[in-house]
Amino acid sequence: MAITSNHPLYNARRRRNAIAKGLALLATLFGLGWLVLILGVLLWEGFGGLSLQVFTEMTPPPGSDGGLLNAIAGSIVLTVLAVVIGTPIGILAGTYLAEYGRHSKLSSVVRFINDILLSAPSIVVGLFIYEIMVAQMGHFSGWAGAVALAVIVIPVVVRTTEDMLRLVPDTMREAAASIGLPRAHMVVRIAYRAARAGMVTGVLLAVARISGETAPLLFTALNNQFWSLNLNAPMPSLPVVIFQFALSPYEEWQKLAWTGALLITVTVLALSIIARSLTAARKSQ
Amino acid sequence: MSEVTLNGAGVSGAEATSRAGVLRRLRTTDIVFHGLTRGAAIVVLLLLSGVIISLIHGSIPALGAFGLGFLVTEVWNPVTEQFGALAPIYGTLVTSFIAMAIALPVGIMVAFFLTELCPQVLRRPIGIAIELLAGIPSIIYGIWGLFVFAPFLQRYVQPALIDTFADVPVLNALFAGPPYGIGMLTAGLILAIMVLPFITSISRDVFDAVPPVLKEAAYGVGCTTWEVFGSVILPFTRVGVIGGFMLALGRALGETMAVTFVIGNAHKVSSSIFAPGTTISASIANEFTEAVGELYTSSLVALGLILFVITFIVLAIARYMLLRLEQRVG
Repeated sequence: MAITSNHPLYNARRRRNAIAKGLALLATLFGLGWLVLILGVLLWEGFGGLSLQVFTEMTPPPGSDGGLLNAIAGSIVLTVLAVVIGTPIGILAGTYLAEYGRHSKLSSVVRFINDILLSAPSIVVGLFIYEIMVAQMGHFSGWAGAVALAVIVIPVVVRTTEDMLRLVPDTMREAAASIGLPRAHMVVRIAYRAARAGMVTGVLLAVARISGETAPLLFTALNNQFWSLNLNAPMPSLPVVIFQFALSPYEEWQKLAWTGALLITVTVLALSIIARSLTAARKSQ
Repeated sequence: MSEVTLNGAGVSGAEATSRAGVLRRLRTTDIVFHGLTRGAAIVVLLLLSGVIISLIHGSIPALGAFGLGFLVTEVWNPVTEQFGALAPIYGTLVTSFIAMAIALPVGIMVAFFLTELCPQVLRRPIGIAIELLAGIPSIIYGIWGLFVFAPFLQRYVQPALIDTFADVPVLNALFAGPPYGIGMLTAGLILAIMVLPFITSISRDVFDAVPPVLKEAAYGVGCTTWEVFGSVILPFTRVGVIGGFMLALGRALGETMAVTFVIGNAHKVSSSIFAPGTTISASIANEFTEAVGELYTSSLVALGLILFVITFIVLAIARYMLLRLEQRVG
């Protein structure tokens, strides 16, 4: 043998391999390190300010104590409305892509556009809703905020609905057709039922995505210092309050911002873990 | 149902009419449902065209007043109503460049670790943990960057870099003081952490799609793990990795809240990456609600239009690349 196991060339290759493996491990630790750092600081700072007061009192004026009740309520209202507006459109459009127009020209265009919308900058969505709603109505409003969030919900739901419906075996569709079931009934009674867990996952992911969204709310729902469920008036929301409070010079406000940040993160991470376990359960069936 | 069909031949007249009615109703619901789904699909198209049209409409006053010079003017003065997009465009490109320069190699190495090196039991948990980074809302990155990361950079990292490169030409302009903490470097680093999971998860998916027989053949002729990765896996999945890169770049370009917290909002083109700057999205987020006057608002909308056009192109390339890989593998 010309090249033995301790030939310089062989050693160099082995060394390079070891270095690359080491770097890969380092890169992974680097990535995980940030997660630990961010969540650690968040828990530390957020738990410090967590008390019953946070859930029972309104956002305070500068320099005094208070809670986040109106912001939490506003966030819930906006999120629910956005899901109520966005989900039906998303599911129907996803159904079209997976069931009716699987190979049609319209579908490939919609699929492409939907993928663009999925990753489009959310601040642009805010500008869009500002132009078509706030500027036309002449004032900021909860409705505008909800519609802006709905625009973010739609592409997420379209994507997961289509993906999940495509996992339903075609033999089930054929079986339904063979007993004379019209297509609409097949979709609702058979395909939706089979893909239900996945579709719920899509909605949960959409909720997770919008509950932390700030940019599209800045100039649609704006903010409000007081208790308000009036959808025609500016409406407070947790992310916008965090934005405003964190950048303020007041210590009480900054503390509330951290607490709000903890609340949002826990909600979002819990939602994505639930969503994940739903699909995992499905896959293992 | 099947019984109905079987007995269908011998039904009385009355039954036949009622059955025809049922069938007609079923057919109507089918048509209505088909129309609804098709309509919803068209709504998706309308959304995108609505975004484009409203942005163009909103930016007409600014573009009319400043013309194409808007793109290359640095002045941003609300008092004299002089606006130019150069500083935000510059800031957007610089921060995204820093982010991608770090996130691309790190992201690919993490994917390499997850697909080729990691023990099987740890693959899922580590993969999920990295993806959680993508799940954290951007405002959390912002508040963390402002209160934790920026002071850390200001105290330890930036002074060290300034001292180290003080006598090196070019680099001393890039790393020029004073260390503010907030600025383009800080924003770029935070963006790097935010887009890392996108690069990792797409790279991991495309690496997993490499046919095992290709890798086995390479191992068979005596390649090391790294050589298999560099000479077989990466070349085979190049299009997909570029697609993932573009997708992450699209995110970095448009990211708003995290950047707004730490960029410093200064409409200035500085050679030092420690200097405060601004990005397109940060300018809009910071100034839009306070903008008075049609020209000011319109200039910000025009910035939004520029951002949308850039990200649209980047994302379209990303989709095209990923589609090409899918077609080759599938």
